[in-house]
Amino acid sequence: MAVRDYLRERFFPHIWCPGCGHGVVLNSLLRTVEELGFTKNQIAVVSGIGCSSRISGYVDFHTLHTLHGRALAFATGLKLQKPDLRVIVPMGDGDALAIGGNHFLHAARRNIDLTAIVMNNRTYGMTGGQYSPLSGVGTAATTAPYGNIDPGFDTVRLAAAAGATFVARTTTYHVQQLVKILGEAIQHQGFSVVEVLSQCPTYFGRKNKAGSAVDMMRQFKDQTTPVGSEAKQGNPALIERGVFVREQRPEYCAAYDEVVRRAQGGR
Amino acid sequence: MSEQVRFVQGNEACVEAALYAGLGFFAGYPITPSTEIAELLALKLPQRGGKFIQMEDEISSMCAIIGASLAGGKAMTATSGPGFSLMQEALGYAIMTEIPCVIVNVQRGGPSTGLPTHVAQGDVNQTRWGVHGDHSIIVLTASSAQDVFAMTVEAFNLAETYRTPVILLFDEVVAHTRERLLVPEPGVLPLVERLTTSVPENVNYHPYLPREDGRLPMSDFGGIHRYNVTGLFHDMWGFPTEDPKTVHELLRHLVDKIENRTHIIAHYQTYHVEDAEFLIISYGCSARSARQLVEDRRLRGDRIGLLELQTLWPFPAHIVQQLSAGKKAVIVAEMNTGQVTASVKAAADDPDRVFLANRLDGQFITHYDIRNVLRLVQGKGV
Repeated sequence: MAVRDYLRERFFPHIWCPGCGHGVVLNSLLRTVEELGFTKNQIAVVSGIGCSSRISGYVDFHTLHTLHGRALAFATGLKLQKPDLRVIVPMGDGDALAIGGNHFLHAARRNIDLTAIVMNNRTYGMTGGQYSPLSGVGTAATTAPYGNIDPGFDTVRLAAAAGATFVARTTTYHVQQLVKILGEAIQHQGFSVVEVLSQCPTYFGRKNKAGSAVDMMRQFKDQTTPVGSEAKQGNPALIERGVFVREQRPEYCAAYDEVVRRAQGGR
Repeated sequence: MSEQVRFVQGNEACVEAALYAGLGFFAGYPITPSTEIAELLALKLPQRGGKFIQMEDEISSMCAIIGASLAGGKAMTATSGPGFSLMQEALGYAIMTEIPCVIVNVQRGGPSTGLPTHVAQGDVNQTRWGVHGDHSIIVLTASSAQDVFAMTVEAFNLAETYRTPVILLFDEVVAHTRERLLVPEPGVLPLVERLTTSVPENVNYHPYLPREDGRLPMSDFGGIHRYNVTGLFHDMWGFPTEDPKTVHELLRHLVDKIENRTHIIAHYQTYHVEDAEFLIISYGCSARSARQLVEDRRLRGDRIGLLELQTLWPFPAHIVQQLSAGKKAVIVAEMNTGQVTASVKAAADDPDRVFLANRLDGQFITHYDIRNVLRLVQGKGV
């Protein structure tokens, strides 16, 4: 199938600004699904609220557009009820790690088989450019007119510490890697986290004088380096991308099947 | 013996009824005085192949049951005041997206942490208006383990019939009082199963297109039909819209599907109301004391009756209006500052003859407390 066959074109045009990185994530996600050979009925997309979360409406899968920060909680109920579904949860940085931070930690701890995509543009785009827990110290935002003093999370370290069994990071510049990583994440049995650095030229870019969308993508190229590269040793400011965690631990739905077996007397 | 006689807490009666009704999924978070419901379901649901999960908070519990219900399972959560406050946003989502589910709120003293182990009935208006925005909601209550069973089954039936969340508003006394429960044989109480669409696979299914009778047949999410669900105002496809006509019609639909059926949804009990000069209106644990008072005073020749409400919302104003007409006085017995009293005053022909008998100190209201108000109303000394 062509990528456009996975789209609900009647709901276009989409709401994203020109140059927004989220369309790259959408494109990569659909190419991944196509490469993996899943049918549309095998995939559910559960999202929260924000620019990134509008992704669910545009794809011709089972789509659930929920509450700000709560997508993983809805997805947990859905997955437990229908374990055969491949459940993908695209979230923004504020959605996933500010208001939804607690659910993020606990989904990772349970190792429930969901694929969390954190589309990190370091800002709240839909409300007009406020700082998020991934903006970082020194950035400018409409709610940080004197400079942001809030230190940022490291999504990868956070996810790994909380127990996610597949953790990766890439950017909207590195689309080949993005498709590869998304493919591995969706097929991974357990909670997988993919952080995608995504550009918001409209708010984060303009406020922080980061230039155009192309400039911002060039920065993703220049400011990142593959995991474990020598470049990182020479320049610690570089952001590593690639797969950080890849391990096997009992998956939650499978573990629950064992609970049912025990409750029914081991039959 | 065909029926099963049990000696149980109200919370256990609720669990037995939920299982009787076909509960398949429970998500919750520990909180007094509702915790026994979660504990018992953790034990019993897996025995039937059902799903139990203890979530990280009440917010996620509410979200999880919505996700599970949409995928086809009858789903429930149970909590108390502070947890119920946390559930409001997702409760509104279930209302907006018309996803059936049952929420148990075993009331304790509030506001805030309040009196976790003591009884109160202060959440009546929160169940009605805790969710932001215009909406309607069904709220049932009960005063005994037997009625807890009946109302819990009814809650699942109403949730499926109207595609709406239904709240079971219990209280600490009913939840923790142990008494006799007759568990009916399967099939004795009618069960409403989910209305599923007859639209075949590969044919467009409109999740929000009502049938001629106004009902919306469902298709298990993740099954043969792909569709969108959103908490935004949406069209028949479930896709966001700001079209004024569609927005207006959806809001009217959400409110009217419940408010226009108040007479069907109204459950209540009456005791000695036929010749009563004085009418007590009560519900939940307070109705036990009210009934005691009515039985006592009848022995002394007082013409006094009781209307026990089991449906609190939509408020059965027609019943209240009818039964309070011509009474010398109406006394509402409840453990709050007069939340149902206000609705009774609004429904009664003569609101000046409606009085409140209450307790606000975490102690169970007794028939003496209600009697004292009755005597004051009657012009007698306490």
